This record gives sequence, structure tokens and C-alpha cells, in this order.
Amino acid sequence: MGKTIRVAGLAMALVLGLAGVVYAAPSEIRIGVALEPPVLDPTAGAAEAIDIVVYQNVFEGLTQIDQNGAVQPDLAESWTISADGLTYTFKLQADVTFHDGTSFDADDVKYSFDRIKAPDSLNAHKEFFADIESVTVVDPLTVEIKLAKPSGQFLFDIGRGDAVIVAPESSANNATDPIGTGPFSFVRWDKGSRVVLERYEPYWGKKAALSKATYVFISDTAAMTNALLAGDIDGTNNFSAEALDVFKADPRFKILVGTTEGETLLSTNNKKPPFDNLKVRQAMAHAIDRKALIDGVTYGYGVPIGSHFAPHHPYYVDLTNTYPYDPELSKALLAEAGYPDGFSATLKLPPVAYARIGGQIIASQFAAIGIKLELINVEWAQWLEDVYANHDFDLTIVSHVEPFDIGNYANPNYYFGYDNPDFQALIETLNGTTDEVKRKVLAIEAQTILAQDAVNGYLFELPQIGVWNAKIEGQWQNAPIEGVVLKDVHWVD
Amino acid sequence: MRGALRHPSLVLGLTASGLFAVLALVSLVWTPYAIADIDIGRRFLGPSLNHWFGTDNLGRDMVSLIMSGTLTSFVVAALAVGIGAGVGVPLGLAAAAWGGVVEWAVLRLSDFVFAFPAIIVAILITTLFGPSAINAILAIGIFNIPVFARVARGGALSIKTLDFVAAARLAGLGNWAIAFRHLLPNIASLIIVQGTIQLSLGILAEAGLSYIGLGTQPPATSLGLLLRDAQSLFLLHPSLSLVPGLAIVIIVVALNLAGDGLRDAIDPRLKQQGGTGVAS
Repeated sequence: MGKTIRVAGLAMALVLGLAGVVYAAPSEIRIGVALEPPVLDPTAGAAEAIDIVVYQNVFEGLTQIDQNGAVQPDLAESWTISADGLTYTFKLQADVTFHDGTSFDADDVKYSFDRIKAPDSLNAHKEFFADIESVTVVDPLTVEIKLAKPSGQFLFDIGRGDAVIVAPESSANNATDPIGTGPFSFVRWDKGSRVVLERYEPYWGKKAALSKATYVFISDTAAMTNALLAGDIDGTNNFSAEALDVFKADPRFKILVGTTEGETLLSTNNKKPPFDNLKVRQAMAHAIDRKALIDGVTYGYGVPIGSHFAPHHPYYVDLTNTYPYDPELSKALLAEAGYPDGFSATLKLPPVAYARIGGQIIASQFAAIGIKLELINVEWAQWLEDVYANHDFDLTIVSHVEPFDIGNYANPNYYFGYDNPDFQALIETLNGTTDEVKRKVLAIEAQTILAQDAVNGYLFELPQIGVWNAKIEGQWQNAPIEGVVLKDVHWVD
Repeated sequence: MRGALRHPSLVLGLTASGLFAVLALVSLVWTPYAIADIDIGRRFLGPSLNHWFGTDNLGRDMVSLIMSGTLTSFVVAALAVGIGAGVGVPLGLAAAAWGGVVEWAVLRLSDFVFAFPAIIVAILITTLFGPSAINAILAIGIFNIPVFARVARGGALSIKTLDFVAAARLAGLGNWAIAFRHLLPNIASLIIVQGTIQLSLGILAEAGLSYIGLGTQPPATSLGLLLRDAQSLFLLHPSLSLVPGLAIVIIVVALNLAGDGLRDAIDPRLKQQGGTGVAS
């Protein structure tokens, strides 16, 4: 009798033990992302896809941007700013190591910034760091950075993926074998398929809940849908809105709709006739029906914008009514500009759904006022070369995903070809202002100038529509900076 | 011709292909709705009196899209057949009429081109010139050349041994004159049959190329492009895939039936065999 009970008890324990194994929350995650990064070094490329994999996962900067878009300490545990706003003194975290075991100290910080500013630097955004005059190592855990002029944006800029701290021992190979200080270390990259990261056990900060993370590259929406339904991936940070209804009523999934920094523009070549004529640009602005565009492209999830600014930003001002939808007024403006019968132009479309579908809708809306658009589909490499580098385009549709990038308009050589000295002076003042209230006033003025000049067609803010397994928590709903940050992601029962 | 009409698959195939061809031609002058006419407010409508097959993700009328898409598919396939026959048949005739080195060169060239499927040729052309319907025409056309060259050579070789060709040669006709005055008219039926079958293959190839984004580009449309647009919506709106998919299936089956029927009806050699078959 006693023996039977003991056997039964053993069996019970065994069953419970097994059940425990079966029901323990998993600690690995597979995330589907649309684009494969060209390299894995965020300091050597402009592609958002790089940051999606490595930002705050593999690499960390002195500061970090949190999910609300605010600046938080990261490798710099604290800092002080001199009264003139020119000297920043950073106190660094102790006991930080890179994934190859080498230690992190002030020399690495100096090396990283010198590398960004070097003549042969591959950094995509050297302009953010152009005002850094010197980086001085005070002691192994203290760094002093001197600026040429005060900057209200500096602490944010050094929190970007472009300014992560790398080690002199490993930086040369970061493109294919990234070595950083983050909570996850790089394991391998199966080109064309996936990147595998695993938890870095000696991490200096709070350890990640996930033991392993795999980024799977799936560019096709139908394939992504099937992968989610089949459980081949546990979620995706940005799913195409058109097929979202598949997951809406399914309790296995949750949908997180958030904002991004992606201002989607009908970018216009302001240097090229007839687009150098303000009346033509105003006519185009009046011809765009944002509501139809947002419904058609994002199924209602996009937020309309009237200038180059993210609606969730505290400095945002709603300018969507500067040039409301009014095709009749468009025609009148075109006639005033000397194009009573409209004109023909080309519209180059990169290989993303918002551009390809948005292009067809814009072409249909412009056809109504007499502007005949020829749609030219291009691949990203061709887009970067033709449009971005050589300015060989009339119109294009693209989303500008970097945070606070209104300053691009102050660069007359940027691909918009917008050259307005008043605006350039304004941005100069804005960058040099650190007082929040004054900055807001200036930022609103800048947005208003762009809206009134109708520099580009301002369409909508790209939404971020995450589709995740309902048992995953801790992922960012919004994307205030490019990245899929994993450190707080965990499974719940 | 009486025999031809009694051939049920020929009648069926010709009627169905003819119907689609007429629909396609009508789309040149009239479609129920303009296909560039985007109206987001009326998207994903089910079949109704106003829209027989409903509307797509941009609110365009599916009937109009199918009509216009069929036209693109037919034009691409027909021009590709034109390229294939225009280049391939003279090559095949030359091979048969001259023989020797010419024949060897034509056959090796055919082998070489055959080694590259249409899709590879299309990718090559696309990397050079960017995607467009022209690429699809060129790629499928190049792929058609060896097909026609082989058919023409095969047919011509069997005619070449006949007495009237020898008589023509004795009368002093050169290779070119023999090829075009005596060989070509006698293999015309073979070419027409092969052309019909290549037309159906061309429509399939165009659909394939447009589906992977190398063929027709928006705002123009083709049956393959309609499938591509509908792909990510398949679970939610299956009709958007089914309608163009079925249209492709029907056209291809119809053209193949017509091709088979034509062969039975007008190929003299098969007619003889068919005759004995019936007698026995």
C-alpha cells in the first residue's frame, strides 16, 4: 500500500515536473522584420534596418533614447554641463566590458567620436557631431566633450545609433561581426535569412529576460502573415496594415499600434522647374487628399501631417490645414503659374508599400488637376543613387524616419534642393538654443515656414503596427528612434 | 473546314480565346470604369450589379482590371510570339536549306538560348534597363526564338526531301528562294499551331514575370500584376486572387485546346494519320 502511494507520488511528481517543463515561459524570441540590414555597424550606414537589429541590443551609446523619446543615461551614468553650454563632462559606468571581453573606459569613448569625425569616416550623420571640438579623457571613467557652439540637441544626438561606443580592438569588423557593450551579443548572421543574438551574461546593467533573440528577414507580407500564423516567428515590430484584419479577432495575437518618427513625404525637387515655382507646389499641396491617401495606404492608421514634424513631439503644431484639399483651387493656382493644362512629371517609388501604393493614389489625385505622373519603380540602391545622391528626380515618396530631422531643410545640398537663407538662420538659432520654451517657439516657426513654402507634399506620419504573440510583453509600442529594443521584452504566462 | 468545326475542343478553345481577345480589345476604347480611377471609399466591395467581380484594394473595378490586364497579357504574349517567329523561323529555314555549318550554328545557338529560362533572361534585362512590360516581351520573345527555329527546321527538313523541291533546285532556284517559296508555305500550319501554344505559354510567362515584379508596372495592369497585388490580401479577400487566377487558367486552357485542335485540323500529316485512325 505504502509502496503504491510512493509510486503514485513519484509518477505525480514526474508528471508535474514534465508539465513544469512544458509550461515554463520560453526565453527565446524570433522577430520578423521586413528588411535585412546591409551591414551590422550602426555607425557606418543610414539604413534603419541596422538599428532595428543592434541599437540598444548589441551597441550602446553614452546616452540612450527611451520609448517616450526622452534622453536617459546609458554608458554615461551622469553628466554635468558647463554654464556656457559648451563643455559636457560625462561620468562613465564602471565594470563595463565589450562582448569580446575587453574593458570599456574613457579611451573607447574618445576613440568612437574621433572615428566618427575622421576624414575617412563612414558615418551616415557626421553633421550631428560636426560641432564637437574636442574629446578629452580626464580619467578612465571621466570624459569631457567640448562643443564649438551650444546645442540643445547634443544629448539626444549622442544617444542615436550613429554614436554608439565601439572598441578600437574590434571596430574594424563591426560591419559583419558587431562587438558592443549591450545586453545581447552577436552570435551569427545567416545572410538573406536571419541574425541571431544571445544574452551577454557579464552585462553591466539589468540582465535581459530573453536568453536568445533571432531576427528573421521576411520582406513579403503574405509570407510574414503565414509565419506569424504558423508560429514560425513570435512577432513583428511593423506589420503591413492591409492584412492586419487576419490577426484582429485572433486571441493568440496582440496588435500594438504606435507612432514612429517617419514623416512620409511626397519629396519634391525644389531646384527643378516647374517645382521651383511656389504656386505649383501649392497647387500640388491642395490636390492631395490626405484622408484617402491614409485610408488607402495605412488603412486609417497613419496620422496626417502638415509639415516635417512628428505629431507626438511636444513641439508639434498642426499645420494640416495650411493647404486643404481643394482640386479647384489647385487648377486655378496651376493656371496662375502658367500651366493651365497641367504638366507631366515622373514619380520615383522605392520598394515599400507606402510608396508603391501611395504613388498610384497620388497619381490618380494629381491626374484630376491635370498633372500627369509617370510612375517609376526603383530599388533602394537605385533610389539612393538617383534620388538621394544625384538629385535626378521630379517627385518621390519616402518616409524620413530619423527623429527631429527638420534640420535637413537647412542643407541646400540635401536632395529636396530647398535653399532658404531665413530657414537656415532659424535652424542655426534653434540648434544653438537650449531653453525649452524658446526652442519650442523656434521649432514651431520652422514647421510653419516649411508648410507655407510647401517644400514637399506632407502626407502622413507612418504608423508602427506591431503584431506579437499575446504572451510577449515589454516591447516598445512607439518608435521614437529607429530600433527594436529587446532588453525589457519577456514572456508571461 | 467542316472537319475543323466538328472538332469540339477546337471550337471550345477558339471561342473562349476569341471571347477574351474581344474583351481585351474592347478595353482599348471602353471599360466599365477607368483603371487609373482610384476611389478608396469603394474598395473591397463584393460582387454587385455595379461591379460584377467587386473592387480591389484601391477601389478599382475588377471587371475593368481583368479586361485591361488581359489586353496587356495578350499583347505581351503576341509580340513575344512575333519576335520568336520572326527571328526563329528564318533561322530554322536557313538551317534546313543550307545545312552544314549554318545548321550547326543555328542548333548550337538554340541550345544556348534554351539553357536560359525566360525568367533568367528577364532578370538580366531588368538589371540592365529596369522593370517594364517591354522587358517581359523581350525576355519571352528571346525564349521563343529557339522553339520556332527547331519547329521550322524540323518541318522544312521533311519537305526538303520531296520531289518538287528537287525540281525547283534543278530549275535553278537558290537556297533563299526555295526556303521562302516552297518550304515556308508548307510549314506555315506548323508555325501557326506552335504560335498558338507559345501564345498560351507567353501569357503564363508574362503572369509569372509580373507576379515577381519584373514585368508590367503600375498604373498599367496585367493578370500577373493583379495576382501580385492581391497576394498579401489572400486570407481576407480571396476573390481578388481567384478572379485573375481563373482568368489566366481559362485563357491558357483555351489557347492550348485551340492549338491542339488547329494541329488536328490543318496539319496535313496529322490529318492523314487521323484519317487512317478513323478508318481502322
